[in-house]
Amino acid sequence: MAEETLMSDEFLRQLINVGEVDIVVGVSTHNNAKTIGPVVAAIQAGILKCFPRERVAIINADGGSQDGTTELVEKVSIDDLWREHKVYALRTLHSISARYARIPDPSKALQTILAAADLLHAKSCAFISPESTTIEPDWLQRLVRPIYNENFDLVCPIYVRQRSEGALMRNVLYPMTRSIYGCRIREPYGSEFAISGRLAGDFLAKGISNEDWGRMGPEISMTIMAVAGKYRVCQSFLGAKALVGHGTQDVVTVMRRTVGALFASMDPNFPVWSAITGSEAPPTFGTSTEVENEAVRINRKRLLDMFATGVAQLEPVLGSILPESVLSELKRIAALGLNEFEYPAELWTKTVFEFAASYHKSTISRDHIIQALVPLYRGRSLTFLSENRNGSGEDVETREESLCTDFERLKPYLLESWADRK
Amino acid sequence: MRDIIINELTQAFQQMAREVVHYLPRLIVMLIIALIGWVIAYLLKLIVRSLLRLTKFSKLSENAGATQLLHQAALPSSTELLSRFVFWVAWIGFVLLGVSVLGIAGLQEYISRFFLFLPRLFVALVILFFGLVAASFFSRAALLAAVNANFRSSKMLSIAIRIVIIIFALSMVFEVLGVAEETMLIAFATVFGATMLGLAIAFGLGGQDLARKFLERRLARQNKEEREDELSPL
Repeated sequence: MAEETLMSDEFLRQLINVGEVDIVVGVSTHNNAKTIGPVVAAIQAGILKCFPRERVAIINADGGSQDGTTELVEKVSIDDLWREHKVYALRTLHSISARYARIPDPSKALQTILAAADLLHAKSCAFISPESTTIEPDWLQRLVRPIYNENFDLVCPIYVRQRSEGALMRNVLYPMTRSIYGCRIREPYGSEFAISGRLAGDFLAKGISNEDWGRMGPEISMTIMAVAGKYRVCQSFLGAKALVGHGTQDVVTVMRRTVGALFASMDPNFPVWSAITGSEAPPTFGTSTEVENEAVRINRKRLLDMFATGVAQLEPVLGSILPESVLSELKRIAALGLNEFEYPAELWTKTVFEFAASYHKSTISRDHIIQALVPLYRGRSLTFLSENRNGSGEDVETREESLCTDFERLKPYLLESWADRK
Repeated sequence: MRDIIINELTQAFQQMAREVVHYLPRLIVMLIIALIGWVIAYLLKLIVRSLLRLTKFSKLSENAGATQLLHQAALPSSTELLSRFVFWVAWIGFVLLGVSVLGIAGLQEYISRFFLFLPRLFVALVILFFGLVAASFFSRAALLAAVNANFRSSKMLSIAIRIVIIIFALSMVFEVLGVAEETMLIAFATVFGATMLGLAIAFGLGGQDLARKFLERRLARQNKEEREDELSPL
C-alpha cells in the first residue's frame, strides 16, 4: 500500500532493476548541496570497507531540493574512493534518488526509504543525516553490524558531544523516554540509526506514520515503537555529532518534532508505560570517548530574558497547564538575577510531567502546549549551561544521571497528573 | 329613572358575567399551559445542565475565555447561564402559547414574531460562542508565537487580535439579530479603520528604525552574534 502511494513509476522501475539487497542506506535530503557530497562518499567508503560482499543500495529521498542535491548524490563516483580510501568495489553499488514531494516532509521521506527497503527485502536499513559532516566510514559498520550479526531490530547512536550541546536531548528527550518507557536510550532522536527489515516492515504495516505521533516525529516514533513493542534494541558509539546549522534551528519546530511526538505517543502506549518502573540499559557497542570541550558563545542574559518574559507574558496560558505550586515557583525563579538563577531539576521534571499530562487532557490546543514549553526550556537550558560551564565530562554525566533519577522517581507524580487525581 | 339605572347596571353586570364566563376557561387553560410549560422548562433545564456537565462544556467555555468574561461581569458559570437561558426561553414560549389561547387580537402578532425570532437568537448565540473561541485561540497563538520570537509587545498584540475578533463576532451577532445593523456596521468599520490607521502611523513613524533594522537583518540573513545566541537543542 505504502509503495503504491509513495513511489513514482520511475523510482519503482529503478528499484525493480536493483532486485534484492542486504542493506539499504537511506539519506533524506532537502537543499543539502553543501554537505551531501562528502556524506555520500563516506557512506560508499563505509559500504566498500565494511560490507564488500553484501548487496547494498543507497536510497536518497529528496523533498524538493532546488540546489542540485540529487544531482550531487548521483555524481559521487565510487572510482573516487580508490584515491581516498584505497577500497575496491566487489559488487555494483546502486544509488537511487527519488523526489517524494515538492516540500520536505520527514514522515514521507522515512516512509519512502522504508517502503524501498521493504520492496528490496533488505535485512537492514540504515539512516544517515545529509548534514553529518563528521561521519566516518566506520559509522555504517557500527550501525548495521548489530542487526546483521546479532539480530537486533534497532540500533541507536551515541554521539560525542560538547558540554553545551544537546540541551533538549539531555534535559527532556533522554530522561523522559528513559522514565516513561524504562529503556536508557541516550539518543532516542538520532540523526543516524539503523533498523532491521522486520521493524521496517512492521512500522509500515502498523501505519504508525499515519498516527499523530508518527507524523510529528517519525525518527523518535521509530524508537518508541521499538521500545514499547519489545523489539531488540541496542546502542552503538559513533563519533562527534555534526553541528551544521548550529544555533539556527527553530526551537519550536524541533520541539514539535521531538517533544510533541513523545507526548503524543504516550496516549496510545499508556497500558505499556504506566506499568513500567525503573529503567534498564540496552546493550551498547563500541567505546565511549571523552566529551569534547569547545568554546561556544551563548548569550546567557538573553536566555534569562526570554525565560522571564515568557513566564510573565504567558501566565494565563501556563496557568491552564501547570498547578499553582509549580507556577508560583516558576515566577519566583523568573525574578532571580543571572548569577543566582537556577531552574532546579525537580521543578523541571514536574514542569515537563505537567505539560505531558495537559497534552493528554488537551486542556488547551496541543500545539499551544508544546509552544508554551519553549520559554521554560530556555530557562532550563540556562541552568544546564551554567552547571556544565566549568565541569568535566564526568560532571556532565553525573548531573544527567541525577536528572534522569528525578524523572524516574517522580513518575508516580506524572501518573497522578495524568489521571487528574491531584 | 331609577328603574332605567338598575336595568342598565344589571345589563352591565350580566355582560361582565358573560365575558368572565367566556374568558374563564381560556384563562384556566392559559394557566395550565403556563404551569405545564414551567415543569417542561424546568426539566429541560436539568437535562441541558447535565448534558453540559457530561460534555465538560465549562472547560470549553474556560478555554474560549467566556468563563473569565462572565466572572468579571459577576454572572454565573456558562453551564448555569445556558441552562437558565433554555429554561426561560422554553417557559416564555409556553406562556406566550397560553396567552394566544386568550384570543387577544393585538398580541397574536407579537407572539408569532417572538417565535420567529428564536432561531435567529440561537444562531446569534452560536456565532458569539464560536467568536469567543476563535478570539481566544488566535490571540493565544499570536501570544505564543510572539513570545517565542522574543517580540517585546507580545501581550499587546495578543489583546489587539482578541479585541478585533470579538468586535467582528459582535457585529455579526447584531446583524443576525437585526439590532442596529447600520450603527454596528459603521461602528465596526470605524473601529477597524481607526485601529489599522493607528497601527500604520505607529509603525510608520515610530518604527522606522526597527523596520530598517529588521529588513537589514533579514536581507543579511541575520548577523553572526544573533545566531550564536541559541543553544543547539539536539
